[in-house]
Amino acid sequence: MSLDYRRYLDETALPLMWCPGCGDGTILKALLEAFASLGLERERVVVVTGIGCWGKADDYIRTNAIHGTHGRALAVATGVKAYRPDLTVVALMGDGDCATIGGNHFIHAARRNIGITAVVSNNLNYGMTGGQFSGTTPAGSKTSTSPYGHAEDGFDLCRLADAAGANFVARTTAYHYRQMVRLIKEALLEPGFAMVEVASPCPTYYGRLNRQGSAREMWRSLKDRARSVGEEGGEARTGVAPGQRPDEEPRSKPADVIVTGVLVRRTRPDFAARYSDVCRRAMKEGGGEAQLDAR
Amino acid sequence: MQGNEAVLEGALAAGARFYAGYPITPSSEIAELASRRLPALGGVFIQMEDEIGSMAALVGASLAGAKAFTATSGPGFSLMQENIGLAVMLETPCVVIDVMRSGPSTGLATKPAQADVMQARWGTHGDHPAVALVPASVSECFWLTVAAFNLAERMRTPVFVLSDEILGHMRERAELPDADEVEVWERPRPSGDPEGYHPYRPGPDGVPPLASFGGPYVFHATSSMHDERGVSANDAATAGATIARLEAKVENLRHLLPSPEVVRSGPWSEVSGGDRSGGRVGAGKRSRGPARVLLVAFGSSARSARQVMLDHTDMDLTLFRPRTLWPFPEDELRALVHDHDVVVVVEMNRGQLVREVERVVGGGRPVVSAAKSDGEIITPGEIWDSLVEPVSGGISREPGLSPLP
Ligand SMILES: Cc1ncc(C[n+]2csc(CCOP(=O)(O)OP(=O)(O)O)c2C)c(N)n1
Ligand code: SF4
Repeated sequence: MSLDYRRYLDETALPLMWCPGCGDGTILKALLEAFASLGLERERVVVVTGIGCWGKADDYIRTNAIHGTHGRALAVATGVKAYRPDLTVVALMGDGDCATIGGNHFIHAARRNIGITAVVSNNLNYGMTGGQFSGTTPAGSKTSTSPYGHAEDGFDLCRLADAAGANFVARTTAYHYRQMVRLIKEALLEPGFAMVEVASPCPTYYGRLNRQGSAREMWRSLKDRARSVGEEGGEARTGVAPGQRPDEEPRSKPADVIVTGVLVRRTRPDFAARYSDVCRRAMKEGGGEAQLDAR
Repeated sequence: MQGNEAVLEGALAAGARFYAGYPITPSSEIAELASRRLPALGGVFIQMEDEIGSMAALVGASLAGAKAFTATSGPGFSLMQENIGLAVMLETPCVVIDVMRSGPSTGLATKPAQADVMQARWGTHGDHPAVALVPASVSECFWLTVAAFNLAERMRTPVFVLSDEILGHMRERAELPDADEVEVWERPRPSGDPEGYHPYRPGPDGVPPLASFGGPYVFHATSSMHDERGVSANDAATAGATIARLEAKVENLRHLLPSPEVVRSGPWSEVSGGDRSGGRVGAGKRSRGPARVLLVAFGSSARSARQVMLDHTDMDLTLFRPRTLWPFPEDELRALVHDHDVVVVVEMNRGQLVREVERVVGGGRPVVSAAKSDGEIITPGEIWDSLVEPVSGGISREPGLSPLP
């Protein structure tokens, strides 16, 4: 492993704020290593974060960055990317940011197929605010706001992104570092909307409240439960939410398989390509000046 | 030309090249025209999934270097408040056009109101500056939109244009200038070594230079409290200084804000040479006769107030019409108060601006509210009716002796 990633790391901001055993530090390193291996120039990268534990990642990153509002990272990133399609735009979001308060921006960014790379740390709860349930929390889970077990099912982020039209959808876990770097790299190269979901442990809240054992045991469980697409147990096309089996009835207890790898690859034209066609047509038609005068 | 069209022309003349919005009556013409005009200019038009996202996208585009704007009405303006705060905190130039309609909630979607006066001032949470311009004619829709972009760039802060349903849809003759007649300001830019660039280190007037993403200056913008480098900082000294500076930079540049229009009519205006320029008129030129009335009105209700003056030329009437609602032109108003006997605040809401006027007048003169909130325009007759009582001898002309209402 090269140390090139340090170019993108703000070492003055260390130590990391995350709890021991949290997955976010590993995701950060994988992201920066993906930057390094693609040789991205710091000047030409814009990282947009939401609010949450993972949303603090920009504190440690030396590219351009916007730390925005909770759930709005993709909308802010859309503004950057629509105006400067030549820049690499990355949105870092927790499951709360991405799929709960920001769910609307998520499905529309995917539908619009705008060239943003979303790296989602899915720890099945709101870490930052003390472990309440989020839009991905599996039914039955105990969280700070579901002390008797959660009455709702969680989203499968990958299926959601797929259904909304994202060009590139992949899942990995914080444990699978090499795969994570590879998938983030691929996502960064995708011209359209790309999402990498990372199943990430939150030992402090989700793990503790659901008796998943120590941080070490949570990491081991990520390793054990992962199945690459195509592998036995990983045959579902877009997989299921971490903690749910494809054939499971809703409301069953959080369980086993996490399907990992590239789940969707499409070649739909991205927003920038389609919008530049619009501009060309507008210029040919005289930009609407004539119609305007007639009004 | 319509007010909404003039707004769009003003935006383009000021250099706007990014629009993100969500359609809403009575502002939608602005979005439609933006979608028609921007692509041919190489600009971006994007219809977002809601107004929360629209405002967020403005912030992203502006930091990427765009002059960015959106247009909405009350319900959408409410949704934008979260990321208006983001724009304030990140010191991101952008322009929000609010074509006001009658609320609350969906209210009377096609009818006018001026009830977003306080939402424009205090809509987003936390201490923050607010800059809001209020046109009263189609041609002002153009010019004040240009001014809004210029101020947003110069001050690095969001600027609002509060239009309303009447102005937005009203057709009126408006001579638009040639492009080279429009003065266009740009945001202060950094110079020097990119390594030494601090995106929140204030310039002499409190406004920090702003780079654009993709250039040589790499920078970090955070909605959390931050230091000059744009790095999160939690200490009270940084927080206090930052919050104070956000307001101070607007105060420092107050002289750039469009000034109020002052129009005098009636016998008194002849004594003073029919001064319509807003020059001060000496107190006590006439010691008898009906009360001297200072009308405070903005936007389309100022047009009704103006009509009252035309209908009652035998009265000493002065119209004080702010073009900038926030920060409120308090010195200019205060300078007029002492040679009037009563102040009447005309607005299409339940009485919002009147509170600010009362604060400025400070009890020295009675302040009467001529407020109307039912989705219909306030008419000259209604304004007159609210004047009748104070004018018909209920209020003494002697300064300092006026009974408080
Ligand atoms: C509008 C708004 N509502 C609520 C909050 C409080 N809040 C901050 S972070 C957060 C949840 C974070 O969860 P997630 O996005 O999953 O990230 P994690 O902390 O788990 O990494 C909440 C509810 C906020 N900052 N803004
Ligand atoms: S609370 Fe959970 S998500 Fe947040 S830093 Fe701690 S372990 Fe990580």
